[in-house]
Amino acid sequence: MSLWVDKYRPRTLDDLHYHHDLTARLKSLAASGDFPHMLFYGPSGAGKKTRIACTLRQLFGPGVEKLRIDQRVFLTPSKRKLDLNVVQSNFHIEITPRLVLHSRTYLPRSSCIYTVNSEVGMYDRVVIQEILKEIAQTQQVDLNAKQRFKVVIINDADTLSRDAQAALRRTMEKYMNNMRIILCANSTSKLIAPIKSRCLLVRVAAPSSEEMHNALEYVAKREKFDLPPEASQQIVEDSNGNLRKAILVLEALKMQSPDLSGPLSIAKPDWETYCHKVADMIIQEQSPQRVMDVRAKLYELLSHCIPATVILKTVAERVVDKVDESIKADIMHWAAIYEVRMRQGNKKIFHLEAWVVKVMSLYKHSFYGIDLDDFEE
Amino acid sequence: MDKFFQPQAPRQSKAQKQAADSQLQPWVEKYRPKTIDDVTSQEHTVAVLQKSLLSTNLPHMLFYGPPGNGKTSTILALARQLFGPDNFRTRVLELNASDERGISIVREKIKDFARQTPRAQAVSSDGKTYPCPPYKIIILDEADSMTQDAQAALRRIMETYARITRFCLVCNYVTRIIEPLASRCSKFRFKPLDPGSTSSRLSHIATCEHVDASPDVISALINTSQGDLRRSITYLQSASRLSSSTVPPTPITARDIQEIAGVVPDVVINDFVATLGVEGTNDMDIDPSPGSGSKSNFDAIRKKVKEVVREGYSASQLLSQLHDLVILHPTITARQKARCALVFAEADKALCDGADEELWILEVALRIHKALS
Repeated sequence: MSLWVDKYRPRTLDDLHYHHDLTARLKSLAASGDFPHMLFYGPSGAGKKTRIACTLRQLFGPGVEKLRIDQRVFLTPSKRKLDLNVVQSNFHIEITPRLVLHSRTYLPRSSCIYTVNSEVGMYDRVVIQEILKEIAQTQQVDLNAKQRFKVVIINDADTLSRDAQAALRRTMEKYMNNMRIILCANSTSKLIAPIKSRCLLVRVAAPSSEEMHNALEYVAKREKFDLPPEASQQIVEDSNGNLRKAILVLEALKMQSPDLSGPLSIAKPDWETYCHKVADMIIQEQSPQRVMDVRAKLYELLSHCIPATVILKTVAERVVDKVDESIKADIMHWAAIYEVRMRQGNKKIFHLEAWVVKVMSLYKHSFYGIDLDDFEE
Repeated sequence: MDKFFQPQAPRQSKAQKQAADSQLQPWVEKYRPKTIDDVTSQEHTVAVLQKSLLSTNLPHMLFYGPPGNGKTSTILALARQLFGPDNFRTRVLELNASDERGISIVREKIKDFARQTPRAQAVSSDGKTYPCPPYKIIILDEADSMTQDAQAALRRIMETYARITRFCLVCNYVTRIIEPLASRCSKFRFKPLDPGSTSSRLSHIATCEHVDASPDVISALINTSQGDLRRSITYLQSASRLSSSTVPPTPITARDIQEIAGVVPDVVINDFVATLGVEGTNDMDIDPSPGSGSKSNFDAIRKKVKEVVREGYSASQLLSQLHDLVILHPTITARQKARCALVFAEADKALCDGADEELWILEVALRIHKALS
């Protein structure tokens, strides 16, 4: 008994529900025997990994689904040992050099095995060099294999350090005979240009509302129940283009009320309601005492491992919904500024608090009709 | 042209220890210049190197310039012409960023290689005579990613073994090479390629590979790759893969090239920009006053930003295209443009620091809107 997300995840390229022209391209590329390095990018929940898995299957046949997990030991230049779990089949190997646990609202089934020692993060270059060189220097010996090359999948490629990316450059050209690399990233902004220019870029956009409706209906049909259009509508709106989230929500709702009729309440995650509470507190009252209260709440959120960026974004979204048009832009402006500082700095809470105080001051000033611009200059 | 490829083909395969299927080879490698005369639009450098080919004396060299204009190709071609296929492997050591290159490597590997006295093989296997001067070449590719310490360790080695070894440093940013190293080398700056020679090279490759590339496609390639020949060749190869893999083969269009390069389509950009209150350029049919009632502006912009983010376009690409559009816009005043430029600069820095993309696209959008209204 697995989750619907995994149960109804398309296994072959023909099963995919949307982006049909992309599917056609992938299929013909896999068939042509001239398969390039690839870079899949797009927002989360759009189906990047599903497409990669389907492409692999198209390339190598069902054998690619026989996975095994290996524990590998790497030696850093400073002679420290690193352990890394890698998932591999006879034809491909999948690594997540830097594991960012919080980047997913839900971890797909296979992800539970990516327990990477946090040390690896700093030494991702070593991992990349070792693994790639090893794969690149061994040839496929299985004569029945459909392709002569192996595939290396690198997840979260945008979190690779510059060093690791530089290490990829020449390897990608040199060992083209034995190996193809598939990178999977949320955005191409953090990848260096030489990598981008060596890959075939594949953009996987989030599905449109209609496409999501279709996917949800497909799941409902396979599970043999009727999905009322209003429910489907509500789920699609809530999930904001994240199909994984949508299907998970559908399953949760089905558990709550088996016939899916009547008013549905899509349960928001705890942290989201908590963030909304924080936003409401900021708007209700602006005083030093209130800052202290908010601070306590923020600490609570941070200690539950909610990433600071997500907190800031959620609270800011909520705040701008409730304030006057004139200060909305300013609030987002400061959110953007403090978000960067948070990345550069060490203590997240400082910057979150600074933003809260800033918003309170903006709000109060606009409330009393004082133009803040005079102070800014 | 044929005579360049024939003697090279067996060498390639020997170097890679297996018959490299020419179909699988990236075109970038396949069409690397085989002699330094083939290197396009770097006349000055080529002239100097030609001289050294005759006199068989070579200084230490430092090649720098933007990516994809032939730095590595030039030194490889020169080394090949100097030593010929047989001596090439014993005489040339190529190290790049994918090799371990800490200070220990500089001390051991480079030193060891530099120390051995070369012995020339008298007769070359392909019957040609090569100058084969009595020194070795060490190529340090992507030298700007070497650590300061490793560079410092190189200084003495360069001088000690100057009698039998020549160094060639290749890098993008000459400022990242420490001064003592730079002063030991003669510097060659590689200019960005001019569109003329790029397009002739691209059409040459297209004809060799039997790819139907219209002038439209070529100009799209040049525009998207911004003077980087390697990038445009890779794009061309990807496009030809895509077009030839469908049945029946479809001709390559400029739109295909843009999609491969990850460029945001003009329609999306224009639509986005219209929401910000920038009037559409030339004959766009967008009504200049949708939602100029200040009530819904913020929400409209936020909605648009969300849409764009959902489509999955990369923020840096979007920004650079927005930048081009705003800065070259005919009706925006210079003052407004200056304000927008400030915003772009800040956003670029923020994105480099790894900031959240959605927040910053929104920020840029809001501030451009403010600057223009």
